[in-house]
Formats: sequence, C-alpha cells, structure tokens
Amino acid sequence: MNRVAAVLSRVGRLLPAYAVLYIGFLYLPILLLPLFSFNDSKVLGFPLTGFTTKWYAGLAEQTALFSALKNSLFVAVVSAVVATSLGTLISRAISKHRYPLRRTSQTIVMAPLVMPEIIIAISLLIVFLGIGLGTTLFTVILAHSLLTIPFCVSIMTSAFGQFDDALEEAAVDLGETSWGALRRVTLPVVAPGIISCLLISFTVSFDEFILAFFLSGNSPTLPVYIWSQVRFPAKLPNVIALGSLLILVSILFLLAAERFRRRSERFTTQAE
Amino acid sequence: MTLDKNARLGLLLATPTTLYVLLLIAAPVGMTIAYSFWTQDFVDVTRDFTWTNYREVFSDPLYRTLIFRSVRIAAMVTLLTVLLAYPVAYHIAFNVRKNKAMWLFLVTIPFWTSYLLRVFSWKLILAQNGVVNSTLLWLGVIDTPIDALLYNSEAVIVTLAHAWAPFAILPIFVSLEKIDRSFLEAAKDLGEGPVRSFLRVTLPLSIPGIIGASMIIFIPTVGDYVTPALVGGSDGAMVANMIQVQFGKANNWPLGAALALSAVVCVTAAACCLVLGLKLIERSLK
Repeated sequence: MNRVAAVLSRVGRLLPAYAVLYIGFLYLPILLLPLFSFNDSKVLGFPLTGFTTKWYAGLAEQTALFSALKNSLFVAVVSAVVATSLGTLISRAISKHRYPLRRTSQTIVMAPLVMPEIIIAISLLIVFLGIGLGTTLFTVILAHSLLTIPFCVSIMTSAFGQFDDALEEAAVDLGETSWGALRRVTLPVVAPGIISCLLISFTVSFDEFILAFFLSGNSPTLPVYIWSQVRFPAKLPNVIALGSLLILVSILFLLAAERFRRRSERFTTQAE
Repeated sequence: MTLDKNARLGLLLATPTTLYVLLLIAAPVGMTIAYSFWTQDFVDVTRDFTWTNYREVFSDPLYRTLIFRSVRIAAMVTLLTVLLAYPVAYHIAFNVRKNKAMWLFLVTIPFWTSYLLRVFSWKLILAQNGVVNSTLLWLGVIDTPIDALLYNSEAVIVTLAHAWAPFAILPIFVSLEKIDRSFLEAAKDLGEGPVRSFLRVTLPLSIPGIIGASMIIFIPTVGDYVTPALVGGSDGAMVANMIQVQFGKANNWPLGAALALSAVVCVTAAACCLVLGLKLIERSLK
C-alpha cells in the first residue's frame, strides 16, 4: 500500500502536466488541417514542402461548393430559429410553471440527445418517404431542429431558472400587463441566453453530417458535399482548405455564444 | 380536473415542443419497428408480419459480428475516454482555483467544430506519412513507417475516444465539484492518507459522474458511421455502415431496420450491465 501511495502521489504531482498534454491531444486534429491547407503539395503528409495559398484560391472556382454552402446556411438559420423558439417556450414552462406531466415533457424533449443519430436518420427517412414528403432541405430542417432542441432547452432552463420572478412581479405591480412584463423585463434579461441558443444550434446544424446525408436528397449541405469530395485524392487539398475555414467559423461562433452566455449569467446575478 | 392559471399557461407553453419532438421520434421509430417485420424485394415492400429479418440478423455471422464488434468498440471507447479524462476533470475540480470556466470552455471548443473534419484529420495523423509515423521516424524509434495504424478497430477506438472527450470530462467534473470538501478534510483528520481518501471518498462520490459520462458516450458510439467509414477499413467496420448499405446500395430497408433495432436492443442490454457494474463498484468502495 505504501508503494502504491508513493506512486500515486507522484502521479498527483504530474497531473497539471498531464492536463496540458491532454488539451494538446484535443487540439491536434483541428490544428493539423490549417497546417496542411497552406502546404504546397498534393500529398497530405510530412515533410511539408512549402507555403502556398493556392488551395484557398482554388475554392472560388467550385460552384457546387457554393450551392452546398447556401443550402447549409439556409438549413442552419431556419433550424436555429425553430429550435430556439420551441426550446425557449418549453423552458419557460419547465422553469416557471407547475403543470401536469412536467417531468415527462422534459424527458421527451431531451431524448434526441441520447438516441444514436443513425437511428434517427433511418426512422425519419422511412417516415418522410412514406408520407410523400421526399427528401429535401425542408426534411433536413425538421431533423436538425429536432437534434438541437435539447441544447436550447438546457441553455434556456438555466437562463429562466436564474431569473428572479420578483422582477416580473414588480413590473406588473408598476402597471405593466403580464405580456408587457414578459416582453419588456424578462425577454431582455434572458436575451443573451436566446442568442447563445441561436449560435449553438446554428453551429450544430451547420456541421451535422449523418442526418443530412440521409435526408438531403439532391440538395447536399456542406458536410455532405465534403463527404463526396473526400474520396478523390486530387480534391483533398481543397477540402482541407475549406475545412480550415469552417473550423475557424465554428470557433468564432462559439466564442460569441460563450460571451452571450456569460453576459446572461452576469445579468441575472446582478438582477438578484 | 381543473387547472389553475399557472398550470394552464405551462401546458400551453410546453405542448408545441413536446408534440414536435414526440411526432418526430415516436412516429418514425414506430414505423421503423413495423418495417423490420416486413420484407422487401427491390421496390416492392410486402407488409406481412415475419421474423425473417431478425432471423437473418442473428444467424448470419456477418451481421452478428458487426453488432458485437460495435458494442465491443463502444465499450472500449467508453473505458478509454473515461480513464483518460478522469485525471483532467480531477485537475480542473481540485487543482485549478481561478479560471475553471476557462478550462472547461477550452475542453469543449474542439467538440463544436465539424465532427467529419476532425475524424478526417485523424486519418492524416495515423497515415503512413502522418504525424505519428513522422514523429516516431524523427525520434529514431522506428526505421520504416508503420502501416498498421489505420484501417482497423484500434484506429476507430482512438479517434472516437478523442471525439467524446468533453462528454466524459464535463459530467465527471460536475460530480467531483459537488463533493463536500469537508469530507476530505475529515478523512485527513482521521488519519487517512491521500490515496485511501481518494479511493474511499472521492472515487465513490464521483461514480454518478462516471455513469453519466459512460451512458452519454456508449449509446451514440455504437451507432457511429463516420469514424469506421473513414479510419476503420474492413476490420473496423461497424453496424451503422451496414445499416447504410441496406438503406442505400442493397436497398433492403426491412433488413436495415431490423439491424438498427437489434443494435439498439443490444446497446440497451449492454448499457444496463455497465450501469449495474459501476453501481456494484460504488457499493463495494463505500
């Protein structure tokens, strides 16, 4: 036991170094793509041969890419709005109201998070084709909003949960209608949470592949387009350049979402 | 039953979302179950109840192997991810005083970037002229690049253990953070060494976090499609790849549905065993 203790306490001292190494491991893949995207070679490997921006310039000529980008933006924006609206409504109910089957409804809306995506994908495919909806961007939107609702619910239940009811009551006492209090007091306070939901849902939908792969039909989203390109070695450098740009965009969106989430926390704690 | 105003408004706000999710999950899953008992001959679907598809799934060694391999890979991924992530969660919960939120944010950023691209990047890391081989060659550990890094189930396990990292760190961190620090002081005052107080206080109290992390990793991993398709090769193919084939090229949807549902049943059974096992460990430590 003593020897085990000695070993473990030494391990304990190495913990910070391990944590830093682990973070490095997490970032390795997303740093590698930008590195190769500036490499002057069709071979994606070491040694690096020289600096170039031609892979980025080459992206401009690919018209299929731009139509896929347009599809993805459309799907991501609409799904984000749908998921955020539906998520906000139910989060308000969960945090501020006692109603029958409250726990059940919460479990149901969180369920998409724990279902394997391939199961969601084939089930939706069967139904959409069965009822004659076919596979279009509209069906991708249905699937993506389903997938992102749980994220919105967890952000918004926490935003509403931290919101002090006394503020709304005070507004009503001061002569606001309850709708007016909601619009002029509650919504501004939870607005950063709502923006954070929009950004997160947008990011998830924009990067989602499996559901779009099964449900997008003849109008591929960007990840589906990338998937179709990955098989051709000649196109890989362009794919890497495109991928680097996408990673950059995702990170910028995420940083923005985090800022709004923090601001929402600060608002609500100050309000208390 | 009469409801007060608060409850009625609550129902009104909750119903649209609940119905939306229910319609998009219950109805499709119900249809999938129905499909799995039908048969298909090219385009004609015969809607007569039959167990044929399930019999095929469990008698054909190919499908059986794929399902068991998927469960085995998912179990390995879960174990590896939790083992690798636990010390990091521990570090953030106990050693980091300021900036905890910053650390947690740092851990989650990679998760929000495209999954497809991250997996693809692993293909470059494990390739013959990739990061691992180049580093080992440069260090002089090996003379010729190792070919066997890609296209097997180990490559799939490593890639997925990377993809799921934040899902292990966050729940474990939450359970560690919740531990009342006075328990640890009490253990110290009672003469317990750091190792024993870890094994008898910290670890048992963090088991709920480990269970949460395991479930959130294990269940979706069994159905992963992208990773086996990109880095798995034929030895690392998983059940989702076969499901896709049945819905695509093979055009046998009922068989694909039966495969998917069989996989779900196996996952559920395996997940229950996993939770039970962890609960037993928790009890024996306490």
